[in-house]
Amino acid sequence: MIKKPEHGMTVIVKTVTRYTDVLILMFGMYFIFNGHLTHGGGFVGGIIVALSFIHVMLAFGKEVALKRVTERIIKLCVGLGAISFLLIGIIGFTKGAFLYNFFRKPGVDYIGEPFSLFSSGIMPLMNVAICLAVASGFYAIFIALVVYKIGKRR
Amino acid sequence: MLTLFIIIPLFGAFVIFLVGKYSKNISYFMGWIVPAFLSVLALSLVGTKETLTYQIGGWVQPLGITLVGDGLSLFFLPVINIIVFAAAVFSIPYIEKYTSKWIYFALFLVMQASMNAVVLTGDIFNLFIWIEVGGLASYALVCYKVEPEALESSFKYAVLNSVGLLFVLFGIGLLYAYTSTLNMAEIGRILHERPNLKLVGFVTVLFFTGFGLKSAIVPFHSWLPDAHSSAPSPVSALLSGVLIKSLGIYTLLRIMFNVFGFNLYISKLFIFLGLLSIITGGILAIYQKDMKRLLAYSTISQVGYIIFSFGLGTPLGMFAGFFHLVNHAAAKSLLFLTSGAVLHVTGEREMGKLGGLREKMPVTAFTSMVGSMSVSGVPPFGGFWSKLVIIIAAVQAREFLGASVAVGISIVTLAYYLKLQKNVFFGELKPVWNNIKEAPWMMCFSMILLAILCIGLGALLLPGVRAVFITPAVNVLAGGMQYCNAVLRI
Repeated sequence: MIKKPEHGMTVIVKTVTRYTDVLILMFGMYFIFNGHLTHGGGFVGGIIVALSFIHVMLAFGKEVALKRVTERIIKLCVGLGAISFLLIGIIGFTKGAFLYNFFRKPGVDYIGEPFSLFSSGIMPLMNVAICLAVASGFYAIFIALVVYKIGKRR
Repeated sequence: MLTLFIIIPLFGAFVIFLVGKYSKNISYFMGWIVPAFLSVLALSLVGTKETLTYQIGGWVQPLGITLVGDGLSLFFLPVINIIVFAAAVFSIPYIEKYTSKWIYFALFLVMQASMNAVVLTGDIFNLFIWIEVGGLASYALVCYKVEPEALESSFKYAVLNSVGLLFVLFGIGLLYAYTSTLNMAEIGRILHERPNLKLVGFVTVLFFTGFGLKSAIVPFHSWLPDAHSSAPSPVSALLSGVLIKSLGIYTLLRIMFNVFGFNLYISKLFIFLGLLSIITGGILAIYQKDMKRLLAYSTISQVGYIIFSFGLGTPLGMFAGFFHLVNHAAAKSLLFLTSGAVLHVTGEREMGKLGGLREKMPVTAFTSMVGSMSVSGVPPFGGFWSKLVIIIAAVQAREFLGASVAVGISIVTLAYYLKLQKNVFFGELKPVWNNIKEAPWMMCFSMILLAILCIGLGALLLPGVRAVFITPAVNVLAGGMQYCNAVLRI
């Protein structure tokens, strides 16, 4: 895709994007998976993940980007993210309340451990669900702004 | 139990989002079964004596989000869900001509979830979030037709409401800084223990701006006629019928009466803005040529009646406010649905170009007549009784000016509804409309359902029915700060 000069920006931008884009994506992932330990979380991380995709689109052109991540995948991701968040909440009903942290053992109030990635029960799962919905939603808004054109006034 | 009102519509919406593209029957089915089920559930909760609370996530009271089902919330729930049900059934034939029907129903259910959540939540930031969710769903639904006019009005609606909600956010920030909590009952309790008149006064003004924009009281009404007239008709029915009531009037009442405590200044503000809305909406409605714009201006005027009667502050005034709220919700939704039926069959909104449709569309003409007469206050219908009680309450509270304005504008209301009836349904049939037929049976079903409601709602005045439906809500408002104790169980 770097050899198609008719799409996107110059070779310099494309080359830089190829190196930085993965870093941005990883930064977003870091935010999501450490959301329950440090600052960040699903929403912030999701926006950074979406920004990495937008970065590709800006550098390589919308045709290239939309071939990799199609509109159908984006819609599926929005639905999946939202419904998995709700399902995690509904599973909490089995232990007593909506959105209950069902990994919590009776009598133990706080199950999060500092600096331990696999702790705090449903929080990381929820962060992933939020990330799916937010990243794909944000990307969909950007695509809508790019793809749709202003029609003529009737 | 209370969470079901939020979970079920959201679940329906997300299922539609996942599979609705492949089968439109699933989205139709979800679209009507969810509101139908929730209406039954909401009706079964009516008459509950104690205050229901639910802690989301099992967190203890001031920390987590609390859902509160007291008399006021349980009064709003059936009103919302029944009207959403009628509008959803009406939508099925109405949106046949548009593309991507599944998005419509997904947004519809998100809007229902947001309205239910707003009336149930006991957390002030959660309230703000749900108002935003409902707002976003309705911005998208208003411009569902993707015509230049619809897009413009949706943009206006979105910008004005976002600015209004920014004021609300400032207010919530100030309250949080002072009380260190977001639980409304806890905020009320702390403000009662450590009063701060300056803060409460300023926040009252901020909230009045934000929620006033949502409920379209007069200085903040300019978005409403555009948005309500260019939306698809079932959506206009929802916006006018319940959205401005649950997102605007309910939040105003809850915060002003139960959290801040009602006082003379708030009362005067309610009365002044209510009267202003009654007069402005009523007079502007006469000049409208567009059928749906007329109905939209009429909404402003009727919301003025509701706000005015709550401002009286007496139990009778509050009862009248709730009574008129229910009547207006049923009648105005019905009128928007009938205008939708006319629009569906003829494709015309200008009143001058229609006429004599009574012969061709008897069901629509009859139900529209019922709705018009109910809003304008002609005897056997519910609207007459509620306006009568409003005027009696105003006279009892020594608001003679308000009472005379209410009487005067109710004559004006009758005038513009007669204009609508004459121009659309009566008179001579124009030759253009010789080949039209009555609307599909689903539309007729929901119009007849709401027409029966309009006639039957007068029964709310009977003491036995009143004690079950409206008196618990009046008691919550009249009780004022007792809400905090009931929720916190002190």
